[in-house]
Amino acid sequence: MAFQTPLAKVRGLGSAKAGTHHFWMQRVTAIALIPLSLWMVFYTEQLLTASHEEMRAWLADPIDTTIAIAWVIAAFYHAALGLQVVMEDYIHTEGLKIAAIGLMKLTFFFCALVAIVVIFRISLTG
Amino acid sequence: MTQNNRPLSPHLQVYKLPLTGIMSITHRMTGVILALGLIGYVFSFYCILQGNEHYLALQSFLNSTLISIAVWLFVYALFFHLCHGIRHLIWDVGKSFDRDDMDRNAMIELAVSLVLTLIFY
Repeated sequence: MAFQTPLAKVRGLGSAKAGTHHFWMQRVTAIALIPLSLWMVFYTEQLLTASHEEMRAWLADPIDTTIAIAWVIAAFYHAALGLQVVMEDYIHTEGLKIAAIGLMKLTFFFCALVAIVVIFRISLTG
Repeated sequence: MTQNNRPLSPHLQVYKLPLTGIMSITHRMTGVILALGLIGYVFSFYCILQGNEHYLALQSFLNSTLISIAVWLFVYALFFHLCHGIRHLIWDVGKSFDRDDMDRNAMIELAVSLVLTLIFY
């Protein structure tokens, strides 16, 4: 049974069955980031004070490598979801909005990949 | 589509935001700042991989007066976003919407994020 007007049907409007996915993933990554953000602040502090040798050795520990990569995935995913909402709210030209969100998401995906590859390299050579 | 140059009644310009409203827009602004800051973190990982020379160059840059202030403001922004984010999670389960709770929680958030920043500092 379809509760749609003919006009809405022609325009392809209606449920895509994925309306809550963005909301849900934002919450899931938010909860993951509660502990992982503390790691991020600790890393920031190390960056200001630790020697190169100490930093390498620390990141090369398997547990710390794992936490670092988990942080990258959660943080970049959460950031991309958040920026998407900001762009949806403030960019009022439809085409520009879609292009900007697409470009932003590809950029964050690429940066996350770079971060993961670099952390792996530090881990394997440290 | 409707025309988009139709007159609007005045809204944000004449409306004094309550504390919760100010916290809300600050949450959004800190979120954007933190998201952009992530690019800096990718760069920092890369400097560690590049070797001691690059690492030390980054470290002395981050420890210069103005930049280190910016770094710690960034950490404060992170803790603020974290605390207000936890409040959003509490709102998500349908709790803590009374006016008294709202103002009290706003003060708790500001205090806790400052204390957490000072602990790490």
